[in-house]
Amino acid sequence: MKELSLNILDITENSVKAKATLISITITEDADMLTISIADNGTGMTEETVRNVTDPFYTTRTTRKVGMGLPLFKFAAEQTGGTLAVNSKHFESFPDSSGTTVTATFYKKHIDFTPLGDVISSLTTLIQGHPDIDFVYRHDIDGTTVASLDTRELRAVLEDVPLDTFEVLTWINENLAEQYNSI
Amino acid sequence: MKSLAELQAIKDRMRSKIVLREGTGEIRVVVGMATCGIAAGARPVLSAFVEEVNNAGLSGQVTVSQTGCVGLCQYEPIVEVLEAGKDKVTYVKMTPDKVKEVVEKHLKGGNVVTAYTVAGAN
Repeated sequence: MKELSLNILDITENSVKAKATLISITITEDADMLTISIADNGTGMTEETVRNVTDPFYTTRTTRKVGMGLPLFKFAAEQTGGTLAVNSKHFESFPDSSGTTVTATFYKKHIDFTPLGDVISSLTTLIQGHPDIDFVYRHDIDGTTVASLDTRELRAVLEDVPLDTFEVLTWINENLAEQYNSI
Repeated sequence: MKSLAELQAIKDRMRSKIVLREGTGEIRVVVGMATCGIAAGARPVLSAFVEEVNNAGLSGQVTVSQTGCVGLCQYEPIVEVLEAGKDKVTYVKMTPDKVKEVVEKHLKGGNVVTAYTVAGAN
């Protein structure tokens, strides 16, 4: 992947497949460290599945026998000296609090650090593809929130107008761009 | 600043349009957005379809949606065009530029852009 924002898009699709209704994407930058966290309230995974998810030859897909999403994300983190952690609560053991959180840390100054890229585009793509799921986005740099979005707030304003309406997607895109430009 | 008041105005405008939009959606454009598709450049292809379909005034008839791995990873980004009563058309190795052409010639004009289809690539 050329940008970490593409990994974010890819990993978040796993949350969608896990039937999440709320997905939080958080980017935190502190000095030389960048942390990406993707947390969902989906079905979660069993301990055995969690042990296998970063193995490229483990996949839930039936069309092919390899799954590269999490292994690629892990590789992107580890090649900077960072880490990837997957925490999950399976719905069978945690019926009221199931979900998965993927957290990747990166050392920004490492020569192999992949740039974050166009996060806004990944967010609008996710919302376009999954207008019924709620997304909460926050990007903090050294303790200050530089951009944030909560589709639940937009939904309260829009009522029955869907989030994947072209004009709404354009508004989201421009709103986030303005937040970043006003840093 | 893009304010919530502006979003409110969008809602009011859309509500009056929604009635007109229902009952159509005869053409479905499906973009492969699995790991393979995303790595090959599916994100800008999807964005281009959303934008060009709207610009061409086709949002009433055309729905743009996303799917997982189609199983032809070496041909990603892959886009399928599904239309009732017609054979499925599979476009391969798509780019935002090709999207413009497909929207204009195929979705608007009704002529498949054979050069970009999976059959054309073989």
